[in-house]
Amino acid sequence: MAFELPKLSYSYSALEPHIDARTMEIHHTKHHAAYTNNLNAAVQGTNVSNKRIEEIMAVVSKLPVAIRNNGGGYYNHNLYWEILTPGGANAPHGVLLDAINDSFGSVDSFKEAFVKAAVTRFGSGWAWLIQKENKLVVSSTPNQDNPLMDVAEVQGTPILGIDVWEHAYYLNYQNRRPDYVEAFWNLINWDEVARRFKG
Amino acid sequence: MAFELPALPYAHDALEPYISAVTLQFHHLKHHQAYVNNVNNLIVGTPFENATLEEIVRKADGGIFNNGAQVYNHTFYFEQFAADGCREPQGELKAAIEKDFGSTEAFKEQFNKAAATLFGSGWAWLVKTADGRLEIVQTSNAGCPLRDGKTPLLTCDVWEHAYYLDKQNLRPKYIEDFWKVVDWQVISKRFSA
Ligand SMILES: [Fe+2]
Repeated sequence: MAFELPKLSYSYSALEPHIDARTMEIHHTKHHAAYTNNLNAAVQGTNVSNKRIEEIMAVVSKLPVAIRNNGGGYYNHNLYWEILTPGGANAPHGVLLDAINDSFGSVDSFKEAFVKAAVTRFGSGWAWLIQKENKLVVSSTPNQDNPLMDVAEVQGTPILGIDVWEHAYYLNYQNRRPDYVEAFWNLINWDEVARRFKG
Repeated sequence: MAFELPALPYAHDALEPYISAVTLQFHHLKHHQAYVNNVNNLIVGTPFENATLEEIVRKADGGIFNNGAQVYNHTFYFEQFAADGCREPQGELKAAIEKDFGSTEAFKEQFNKAAATLFGSGWAWLVKTADGRLEIVQTSNAGCPLRDGKTPLLTCDVWEHAYYLDKQNLRPKYIEDFWKVVDWQVISKRFSA
């Protein structure tokens, strides 16, 4: 069964002015679509062609690099679209808020760590909020790697992620990655992040 | 001693329509400048405070390497272009390319593939090895062949910032246009140096 490019639950212009419609459209219909197509080609004829993407991520070290790169690109963008929303909740709440406070001291300290991870990831990659047993941690990965991969330095379940490939922000922010990261903060769907958190 | 951002040997709009003025302005005045500023700040109080850029590329690690090598790589990249340059390899370099790749077309095809398939941010290079052979190599992020004892001759920046305003996701289109601004006289000088 082939992997499919998911539809977004909001329009390409819905995240403006923080993320512009043209960036969204190219990101989804070109970049994400290419990862999806390339992943389907890469798994064809392998013993993971019928596995779920999460299962594939867990064993990428044993698979061709095209599966790691495109499988990561496929999974990561799926998550990215889902944790973004035009009318995102204003702040983390409930058991997720408790876990953030337990792990980082405060939402502000968590934000500081997350922003720093996103801004300082050199080259292309992602910054993450990860659930690791009962703790939350912030990390970043290069290129399309993610915390589900057995090659990741910090492994766990990603519950929030920001794409810091230049394609995610260059049309609107050019070299100003910190401005994009700050804008991203206004778009986080904390209900979705909470749903992914297993308290 | 602080490093300085080198001026371009041409105007920011000189490479249009192949590389736009706005792309070159951001690339040179923002990205390249930031690498210069960062390496200058990072070397203070370290063994690299008085090092040359080449020493940093060869020996430094972490942020000093990343920023220092990006200064080196970008200077090297910008210097190889000209509005009215020589668009095909000439003389001894042409002969060397034909010897090691079969033909200029075969070389370009192999270089294009290296540039198109480098995953993430990085560079594709034509280099001369210690024993005088020509090779094509890919480096990730700030990677530079000098570090592996190879002499860089030609490079294509495939960080998305090098082409995203002009070509967006179409990296192969950027690589195709890249050849229209390379000045092979510069590459020949590097080859004979
Ligand atoms: Fe992306």
